Amino acid sequence: MTQVPPSPSHGPVLAIRGLRTEFRSGRNWYPAVRGLDLTLNRNETLAVVGESGSGKSVTALSILRLLPEGGARIAAGNIELDGKDLLTLSERDMDRVRGDRIGMVFQEPMTALNPTMRIGDQVEEALRIHRGLDRAAARREALALLEEVKLPSAAQRMHEYPHQFSGGMRQRVVIAMALACRPQVLLADEPTTALDVTIQAQVLSLLDELKRTYGMSMMIITHNLGVVALIADRVAVMYAGQVVEEAPVRSLFAMPRHPYTEALLRATPRVDEDAGTLAPIPGQVPSIRAMPPGCAYAPRCPLRRPPCETEVPPLQADGDRLLRCWVRNNERIAA
Amino acid sequence: MIRFVIRRVLLALPTLLAMLTVVFLLARVVPGDPAQVVLGDQATPEALAALRDRLGLDRPLSAQYIDFLGGVLQGDFGTSLTTGRSVVTEVAAVLPYTIDLTLSALFVGVLFGMPLGILAAVRRNAWPDYATRVLSLVGLSFPAFVSGILMLLAFAIQLQWFPVIGAAALDDPAGRIHALVLPALNLGLIMTAYVTRVTRSSMLGVLNADFMRTARAKGVSRRALVWRHALPNALIPVVTVVGLYLGTLIGNSVLTEIVFSRPGLGKLILNAISMRDYTLLQGIMVIFAACVIVANTLTDLVYGLIDPRVKY
Repeated sequence: MTQVPPSPSHGPVLAIRGLRTEFRSGRNWYPAVRGLDLTLNRNETLAVVGESGSGKSVTALSILRLLPEGGARIAAGNIELDGKDLLTLSERDMDRVRGDRIGMVFQEPMTALNPTMRIGDQVEEALRIHRGLDRAAARREALALLEEVKLPSAAQRMHEYPHQFSGGMRQRVVIAMALACRPQVLLADEPTTALDVTIQAQVLSLLDELKRTYGMSMMIITHNLGVVALIADRVAVMYAGQVVEEAPVRSLFAMPRHPYTEALLRATPRVDEDAGTLAPIPGQVPSIRAMPPGCAYAPRCPLRRPPCETEVPPLQADGDRLLRCWVRNNERIAA
Repeated sequence: MIRFVIRRVLLALPTLLAMLTVVFLLARVVPGDPAQVVLGDQATPEALAALRDRLGLDRPLSAQYIDFLGGVLQGDFGTSLTTGRSVVTEVAAVLPYTIDLTLSALFVGVLFGMPLGILAAVRRNAWPDYATRVLSLVGLSFPAFVSGILMLLAFAIQLQWFPVIGAAALDDPAGRIHALVLPALNLGLIMTAYVTRVTRSSMLGVLNADFMRTARAKGVSRRALVWRHALPNALIPVVTVVGLYLGTLIGNSVLTEIVFSRPGLGKLILNAISMRDYTLLQGIMVIFAACVIVANTLTDLVYGLIDPRVKY
């Protein structure tokens, strides 16, 4: 982490520091994201991986401040876009960031589109809000976008309603919406999870291609390591609301260091191996209401030692990566 | 669109036929001999036989049924047993008053109910929400005749702003509206309570939908979020309920008409029942039921307009 605040044109485009996002249960607030540090560099694709409940989606919703009101809050930290803290913006100013400088693609294309609006109107909306385009200009631009995301016969189909589209086609529309104003940052929350396998690859390569042509930075949230290997430059592995390991994609796959990352890789099916070699991770992610006092992974960890269960390990630099593990970090120091 | 309309209208026809059959059978299974009821205990057998012959009561049921359907198709519902005028004339004389009342109550209900429901949903669990919830509960639990009498006491007798009884002649529009205010508000407040509740719950469901989050992620303002994205979706169930309630509203207008001593189907029904005028009753039942079917068909049509997923 750099100590000098980054100037707008250099340094990371998005920097999350010490983010703590809490959810309410009755009268108490429980953290789903616990002191998260994460940076997204220019033109980079960062994959955030982890099991359900690891805080990935909550992180994305925190960035856009779209958490459910009353049920969730950002208790600490800051989220800087080009050096400007989004958490200090008024709701009005935040509306200018949403859809203009940061675009978001959601997991469920079947429910992410408004069923009573024509898809052309839904794509035009961001252009009219942020670019102030008139109807005709916004329509032309929306058509160009729908063609860019390879929606077949876009000129006719932009007048249709979401229920007339398949899941893959809807996701293309959602992507066109997110990209309408050429955002600096694209957040993609499990963009392919709800799609057929063959469609998944198409949508991923589309995202990758668009990211390159637009010169965007992309944060892709997924639990699918296949997706990570395909398009990510860098990977952050999240567990129980914290980053446990962060590394360039090649080194992470070549040599996972955190026992959780190792386990995650072993639990991923591969075409060149029998399903019998799959090793599911025993146990489950701790509930946000019952976080262990030490390392959150300790209860499931085969390398567990006494300090793991009492003290939270810090995220420490380890070569080209960051690592949060008492055992592995000490091995390195001892060596 | 035209095909959709035609199909919906054609679908209403079997319902109409079924309704006519039920009304016909109901009038026949009611115990007692209509001729005896009309002429009284002292009637001679000859007089009874003559009346039965005139009413066609001595003919087989199937022949009576065909006569009845044939009459209805030609707009002939028979002759009132008490006044001797045709049922159509009797109903036509008072139907405009009931339509006035029903439609204005509907208007009041939508005019107040929808904004209140939207407000309650948008400011959920804040004071506007609690206030509208309490008010709509009161509106729903107050019987129409109680609220009607209270309104009469306050605005017609104490303040004397509105007439206590009756309605103006049909060719006096200003007087008609003036006399309509209290009854329309009385019936409309129940409708308002209904519409408020449905709008609120429908709106709450839509506000939490995934696509609302997508819209926020595009930078859509709060106001546009409610009006452009949530409302069209929330309207779909509201229209259904309003349409369904329109049928019962016609029925509920009976009580209001009696309390406010307005002419209308309500009073006509009351008279028909107390005078055992069963041809009139049968005619009114047909017209009531037809109104409900028309209201439901209109609802279906509006549904097709606001929900693109409804196939034309």
